[in-house]
Formats: sequence, C-alpha cells, structure tokens
Amino acid sequence: MDHNKKKAYLVNTIAVVSLYLVFFGLIQTKTMNNYFVGIAIMTCIMIIMAMSLNIVAGFLGEMALGHAGFMAIGAYASASFSMALVSSGLPLPKIIILILAMIIGGIVAGIFGFLIGTPTLRLRGDYLGIVTIGFSEIIRIFFINFGPTGGAAGLKGITRLVNFHNVFWITIIIVLLIFTLGRSKQGRAIISIREDEIASEAAGIPTTRYKVLAFSLAAFFAGIGGALYAHYQSFLEPSKFGFMFSIEMFVIVVLGGLGSLTGSIISAIVLTVLPEMLRTFSEYRLLVYSLVLIIMMIFRPQGIFGRSEFSLTAFIESLIQRKNVKNSTDGGEVS
Amino acid sequence: MTVLSAKNITMQFGGLTAVDQFNLELDANELVGLIGPNGAGKTTIFNMLTGVYVPTMGEIMLNSQSIIKKMPHEIVKLGASRTFQNIRLFKDLTAVENVKIAYHNFIDYNMVQGMFRTKKFWDQEKKAQEECMKLLDIFDMGEYADTLAKNLPYGQQRKLEIARALASDPKVLMLDEPAAGMNPNETAELMETIHFIRNKFDITVLLIEHDMKLVMGICERIIVVDYGKTIAEGTPDEIKNNPEVIRAYLGD
Amino acid sequence: MNLFLQQLINGLNVGSIYALIAIGYTMVYGIIKLINFAHGEIMMFGAYFAFIAATSFQLPVWAVLLSSMIIMSIIGVTIEFIAYRPLRNAPRLSALITAIGVSLFLQNLALIIFKPDPKVMPKIFPETIYKLGEIDISSTTLITIGLSLFFMVLLDLYIRKTKQGRAMRAVSEDKDAAILMGINVNRTISLTFAVGSALGALGGVLFSVAYIQVYPTMGVMPGLKAFIAAVLGGIGIIPGAMLGGFIIGMVETMTKAYLSTTWADAIVFAILIIVLLFKPTGILGKNTREKV
Repeated sequence: MDHNKKKAYLVNTIAVVSLYLVFFGLIQTKTMNNYFVGIAIMTCIMIIMAMSLNIVAGFLGEMALGHAGFMAIGAYASASFSMALVSSGLPLPKIIILILAMIIGGIVAGIFGFLIGTPTLRLRGDYLGIVTIGFSEIIRIFFINFGPTGGAAGLKGITRLVNFHNVFWITIIIVLLIFTLGRSKQGRAIISIREDEIASEAAGIPTTRYKVLAFSLAAFFAGIGGALYAHYQSFLEPSKFGFMFSIEMFVIVVLGGLGSLTGSIISAIVLTVLPEMLRTFSEYRLLVYSLVLIIMMIFRPQGIFGRSEFSLTAFIESLIQRKNVKNSTDGGEVS
Repeated sequence: MTVLSAKNITMQFGGLTAVDQFNLELDANELVGLIGPNGAGKTTIFNMLTGVYVPTMGEIMLNSQSIIKKMPHEIVKLGASRTFQNIRLFKDLTAVENVKIAYHNFIDYNMVQGMFRTKKFWDQEKKAQEECMKLLDIFDMGEYADTLAKNLPYGQQRKLEIARALASDPKVLMLDEPAAGMNPNETAELMETIHFIRNKFDITVLLIEHDMKLVMGICERIIVVDYGKTIAEGTPDEIKNNPEVIRAYLGD
Repeated sequence: MNLFLQQLINGLNVGSIYALIAIGYTMVYGIIKLINFAHGEIMMFGAYFAFIAATSFQLPVWAVLLSSMIIMSIIGVTIEFIAYRPLRNAPRLSALITAIGVSLFLQNLALIIFKPDPKVMPKIFPETIYKLGEIDISSTTLITIGLSLFFMVLLDLYIRKTKQGRAMRAVSEDKDAAILMGINVNRTISLTFAVGSALGALGGVLFSVAYIQVYPTMGVMPGLKAFIAAVLGGIGIIPGAMLGGFIIGMVETMTKAYLSTTWADAIVFAILIIVLLFKPTGILGKNTREKV
C-alpha cells in the first residue's frame, strides 16, 4: 500500500471514529433527544439504500426505479424471521437476532433480485425502468393482500432491535464493502458494462452475468436496509414501499452523482435531514424539493460529485494549503 | 495450422444479404488484410467472427472449435479479440483500467475476497497492474496510464484499443480500421507496432483497413470483398493489379 | 353473458380514457424520447380546471371541455419550454429526472392551491340510462367513448394529412434531417406538447366525470397505467397508444369484475412485464438493431 493511500485510510478512520464519539456523547448526555436520534438512524438506513441503489444506477448505469420493492421484501422477510425467533423463546442476545434477521432479509431480497433481474436485464434504459416499477408495484400489492404479514393494515409488534450504535457501525461496514466492491475486478467489470456494453462483452466480460450480479447485490443490500428499517420502526406497512419511495431513493443517488458513493452518502444525509428540519414548512417542502431537482438537472445534471468521490484527505489538504498560502502573502514569493 | 476458419458464412438482415458465403482460412502467425469499398460487409464479417452476430448460414472454427452461437465473451476466452471501427473505449475509466478489463480472466479472486480485500486480492491486483502497465509500455503509453480514456488524444485512444485487445492474451487479433484518422507518422509507427506484437506475442492478425499504404506495407495476404462477396484473394502485388479489385474501387 | 357485455362496455369506457392519456405520453416520447412523468399531472390539472369552469363559472359543457383543453395545452407548452427544452441535448436520464421533478412540483402545487380534500365533479353530461337488452349503458359512457374516438380520429387525420402532422412524424424519425429539411423543430415539439396535453386534459375531465372525485394525486396511478398502455401498444406509435389504452382498460375492468379488485393493478403490471420481456417494442412496434 502506498503512502498516500495509508494516509487517506488513517484520516478516514479517525473521522469515522470521531463522528461516532460525537454522537455517542450527544446521546449519552441526552443532548440529542429521541426525535433526533430517530432522524440519525433513518439517515443511516437511507445511506445504505442509496449506496445499494448506486450499484445498479451508478456502477451499472441502469435506471432501477423499483428499489423500494427489495427493501420491502427484506423488511418483511427479516421481520417474519425475527418474530418467529422471538416467539420460539430461544434466549439469543438482541444483536445476534438482528444480524441473523439482516442476513435473512438480505438473502431473500437478493434471491428476488436474481429472479427479477435475470429476465429483466435483457431490456435497456427506459424499458428497464418501467419493468422495475412494475415489479415493485406487484410486490407492494402482494403485501397488501398477504394476510400472514398483516395485509394492508400492516405488520405490528416487530421487536425494536436497532439503536443508533449498532446501526451506525453496520452502515459503516456496508459502506466499506460497497466501496471495496467498486474497486475490485467485479466492480470494474460492472462499470465497464455501463461505459460500453458491446465493448465490455468484446473484452471478455460475461455481461449478462455481471448485470444480474449487480442487480442482485443491490437487492441484497436493499434487503438489509429493509431489515434495519423494520427493526427500527417496529411496524411495516405496504403503502410505505411504493413507487414514490423508489423515486425518492433514485433522486438521492442522482443528486449525489451516479457512480459516486460519497455523493450518495452526502446526498442521503442532506435529503433525509433537511426535510425533517423543515417540517414546519412541510407544505412547501416538497414543492421546493421538486424545484431544486429541476434546477439541478438543468444546471448540474451530473449531480454534486459526478462520478468522482469526495476525498476527505484531499479536502483537508486543500484547506491546509490555502492557509499556508494566506500565511505567506507578506512579500513572499508564490511558488 | 489453421487457427481461424470460416466456411461459407452468410449474414442476412431480413431481405438484405450483407455477407454472402464468405470463406476464410487463417494460419498461425499470418498477417492478413481484409479490404473492400465502404459497405462491402467487412465489419459484418468481423462481427460474425467475434460472436456479435450469429451467421444465418455457415460454420466458424477457432482453434478447431466451433464458435457459432457462442457469446462474444466466450470467444474471447477461446483466444480471439478485436478492436472497433468507431473506437469503443470505456471513457470514464483510465487507460490502465481499460486494459485491466480485458485482463479480467487472469484475475482469480471472487467477490467476497474482493470486498474483504484478502491477500489474494492484493497480490492479484498488483500482478494485474504490472502486466497491464507492460502492455501500455509497448505502445509507449505509460505516461497516460492514469488518464481517463475520454481525455486521451485520438491516436492514443486507437492504440489503447489495441493494447486492451491484447490483454486477454488472444491467439487471433482482429483490428477494425486501426489506422483510421491517423497521420502518416502515426500510421508508420502503427505498422511497426503491429509487426512487433505479431512477433512478440506469437499471434495471428486479421485487419480491416482503408489505408492502402498500411495494407500493402504489412499484410502478407489480402482478401478483397465487395457487396458481401469475396472478389479476390492473394499477395499485395497480385491484388494491386487485379482488374476486379480496381473495378470495385474505381467503378467501370 | 350479460355481465361480460356490461364489463365490456365499462372496459371500453375506461380504456378510451386511458387511450387519450396514453397518446400524450407516446407523442412526447416519439418526438423527444422523453417519458413525460408529468403527464399524469396534466391530466389532473385538466380535471381541476374543468371543475372550476363547471362550478365557479357555470360554463356549458362544450366550454368546460374546451377551456380545460386549451389551458392545459398552454401549460404543457410552457412546461416544455421551461423545463425540458434546456435539456434537449442532455443525457436521457437528466431529462427523465426533470420530468419527475415537474411531476412532483405540479402535484404539490395542486395540493397547496386546491387543498388535499377531494372535490366532487358535477355531472356535466346528461344522465340517461339506455337499455340494450339487459345491459345498461349510460349516456355518460357513450359520450366518453364517443368523444375519445372522435378526437382520436381527428388526431390520426391531423398526423397523416397536415403539414404539421408530417413535421411531427419527421422530427420523430430523425430530428437532424428534419432541421435540414427546413422544419422548425422547436415549434413542432411545442405543438406536440400542446396536442398531447389537450388530449390528456380531456382524459382528465372524462376520468373525473366517471370517477367523480378530483384530488391532487389523482393523476399518479392513471398516468402510470396510461404510460404502461403506451408502452404496451408500442411507445412512440400513436395507434399503439390507442390500442394499448383499450387493452389496459379491458384488462383492468375484467380483472376487477371476475378476479379481484385488489389484484387488478398487479395484473396490469404483470401484463406490462410479460409484453416487455417478449416484445419490448410493444405490440405495434418494430425491431431495431444497434449498429456495432
């Protein structure tokens, strides 16, 4: 590992740990009340949703407009599992139940990602987008009609296993995994398909296999996000997982920059926190939100970060450099 | 030893016959040119040979294995790779990343090992970087390794396409108009490079070109097609003086 | 049998409304390759303006329809000019997101202006029930189907026989060539939006008469279904939108009558998926290859 990379890793690690300690302090000293902690937890979940969607929308470059469907599958599957586990009376620590529920939610969602992706990914662009909407709506309507999980009235009584502390670190781990995925041979293969599918196939990449892989992975992580959502809200309702929610997640990724993971993180934070802060203006909130969307697309369509990543290390260095230049403007030479 | 053979391959698009019973026998290490007027069907032939199109009729054998109905990526694994007439690079990837895509099959770690960055990941990424840099160096592109493909000058982009095609370790390399848009200096350099890689990598080269200086200069054998049919085949000298060829290019 | 025929009529009714809305989607997609997500909101505002014309201004029926169609035409053209034209040469995705933005904006605008509580659309058409054997056909249904067919035929003639119609077809096929032929592309596109929006508005009015309520999010599901109809018939192909609209209307009605109300939407989506997987260009669409 070269020196620059080591430096970056160190800076990022310190930043993450410090961030956690700040939140830890705020929560312990009750400076942050439950309402704000709730926002923080939802932000973490939305970060996971945005990053998972970025695998398909950003890395693969396909319009996946049905992400809420996979979140729903993960939510309901994990909730059913944990409720069964809890009622069986097995004395397992909460964290274990959560992890198992997450894995179940992820795997079930991933399997559906595979099943849906395999036929669907033969389509491109707009057509793919519509079909994903179709599948997502079918999933939602299924849960409205599926008695065992409460139907339209919803699923109540899910144990609240999620708190800020575990969700923070789970989010960090998932963020890291998706990052490393992007910089691995599989990530490169997926990105090459986005760049030029025909050339990718001609360079030896089994494109169909990788498209389905990207889709399944996105679904898997969406399922984990859904599991976390279920075990935080303690209550699931099919109407929450509609087309509009898919669009919201898609917009988060686009505004952050398709293909930029840091963009997704920052965008998810801003677009989850800001609306909550502006709740008093909730009438105008969505109006302003949609205007911002339109203006962004006209003036900066690539999103905040485009395809590149925000580097904390580079940012800090640029701040230091600027300070140094300021300090040496007294007759000194500008080198 | 025949590395690539096509027997009577035909390509029909609805009522239009783009390629009509084309035959090809490529022996190991040959440097063969495929020429003909625009629209003659040359790229269509390439597309059939690389699995992009499935021929309406005929048989194609690569290293004695039938490759009809095989996907392009499978054909790459079997040892054939190509470049494109209208450069198809991965624009938002760097030059070295472009090459690494084709090096894909020589990297072994699975997704989990990649995500958790095991030792296997680091070792193989290091090797991939080294091998791909070596390929770029052959084309004197070392300094462009970390430049995004879309920011490369045109001539470098063409060379990168070839470097990428070599990364999959092909036995047969198919170049589609590699000298298009190049000036005489670049073309001369390209001619040398093609010779060099043919010898160094022990490969067979089939190229489509309009630049006659390059074709006559390096091809040992030339096939001429017009309206989807082969109208002449022979050495550069034979082709230069062939009345059918002259008629095809200049009309009656 | 009677139930079937009755549902057939219902299906035609709903189908003709979907067809009108679907035409708007397909015309816009055909000419600028954009899925105008905001079209459902055009339909919704069309219903609201008709409501205002009928209640606050007490206008006669023809004026209600005409005023709604004309106003939405103007609004549709304005939206294209402000939000879509700047992105004419941008990647498809940006334009799509903008369309989503416009859709959200219009929904929330309606929410603020008209408030969320549904308005009741007055009966602007004469209400008589005709009996054909044992089947009931209301005059409203007849008028709905009649008006829809009338405007569809009118549109078909317009596209095929007029200069502007030919221009629209030319720009859909090849924008650059059309420019070289001296066609004013901007004006043609604006005209497309005007016509599409007018038809969408009409669809909105007829929808609100059939389903009585007018509310800000009323355009979301019908919009989605009409879009599916356009894709089903072959996106970009106007007869396709008409065909798709009727098919979706039929499927929805029959499913609700014979299977289940709650699964009706799911079946519509399932049909969409099946069609797209086996014939993505739609029923009337052609196959195109990408040149390598």
